Amino acid sequence: MSEPANPVERPIFCPFNIIAGIIILVGLGITYLRFTGGLGAVTNLDDNNAWGFWIGFDLLCGVALAAGGYTTAAAVEVFGMKKFHAALRPALLTGFLGYSMVVIALLYDVGRPWRLPYPFVWSPGPTSVLFEVGACVMLYLMVLFLEFSPMALEWLGERKLRRVLVRLTLLLTIFGITLSTMHQSSLGALFLIVPSKLHPLWYSSYLPVFFFVSSVAAGLSMVIFESTLAHRAFSDKMDEEHKRAADAVVLGFGKAAAFVLAVYFAIKTFGVALDDNWGLLATNYGLWFLLEMIGFVLLPCFLFVVGVRDLNPTVIRWAAFLTVLGIVLNRLNICLIAFNWQLSPADRYFPHWMEIGLSVFVVTLGVTAYRFIVTRMPVFYEHPDFSEGH
Amino acid sequence: MSEGFHSLQEFMTHTKGILYLLSLGYLVAFVLFWKYLHDRENDDD
Repeated sequence: MSEPANPVERPIFCPFNIIAGIIILVGLGITYLRFTGGLGAVTNLDDNNAWGFWIGFDLLCGVALAAGGYTTAAAVEVFGMKKFHAALRPALLTGFLGYSMVVIALLYDVGRPWRLPYPFVWSPGPTSVLFEVGACVMLYLMVLFLEFSPMALEWLGERKLRRVLVRLTLLLTIFGITLSTMHQSSLGALFLIVPSKLHPLWYSSYLPVFFFVSSVAAGLSMVIFESTLAHRAFSDKMDEEHKRAADAVVLGFGKAAAFVLAVYFAIKTFGVALDDNWGLLATNYGLWFLLEMIGFVLLPCFLFVVGVRDLNPTVIRWAAFLTVLGIVLNRLNICLIAFNWQLSPADRYFPHWMEIGLSVFVVTLGVTAYRFIVTRMPVFYEHPDFSEGH
Repeated sequence: MSEGFHSLQEFMTHTKGILYLLSLGYLVAFVLFWKYLHDRENDDD
């Protein structure tokens, strides 16, 4: 394989760059207000709602949707499914950028971000779930950086260091899967401490299992979704092998996602049954819960099955999009919508526009970095000088 | 705990019973689901 034949030159003042530039300027303004005026200047957070949109969207959704890295790496490197090899580099890049964005968002959300390293060097709290989440995210970000590095080193023409990192691939993959299993579930475990604040339909002692299983579905769907967007925007950067493998990746991942979503639906019913919450399904919150379960779990599961049986990648891509939306809805339900559900409407939290604006800014940074990398580094094609290492 | 249960024992017996029935149903359903998901692929072979 070699570099794609006809790469398209992209002008600096294209619509994407102009819109991204405006969002980044607004984001820099909000950044100035956040770090000069504190959290109160740009957020609606209060004592009732210490975790808002930045934790619900940037962190919980960001980590779940970045799970494509470990699911694809597990499939290709551990289970030997080499036919999905073309999806590995884009998935690792998305994972690396996703976790980077999570950490950037945390710098805004934590009151005194310069104290983020304290639990590791000053006052460790190894019995805390949050300590485990912090440790795993920090270590996994390093693992993803090392897994991403060969792409950058091939671009830079650095052979020796790249060879060392390629030899470490299996070790890094196993370490990454272990860390992901731990912190994806621990993010759910963080909410075990609030049984009286989280609505009973979303609260369950199985929350860590829900978070882990749904992260697998999110990762698989995100790989399909991201590949769909990449094929539209960067097909000129893809070699023939990548284009040929695209449908096999969509069908294979769609099949896995169908089964994982079915398992997720089953264990969610266990959660309802365990606390005998069936009666709550007839309430307003119950209808919202049913919308999440039927519209964003059962429906995409059904569409995945139809797409796989009919060998129809378009249906699978729609199912993946619905699943991604469903994961975002689930995390926002747990962190915001069904959280503090017993408070009066006046005490409920609704994010300040600057909270949403900053999240858009962080996502834009990620998309811009993705675009910068895939237009320069061998992500969608094999570098002709390094094809022996793949 | 819902109304109608007089003790934790009654509540647990009820909810665990439902869970076991659900588990049995899913055990059968997942085998059928797996076969349904793969049967066209097997036909092609």
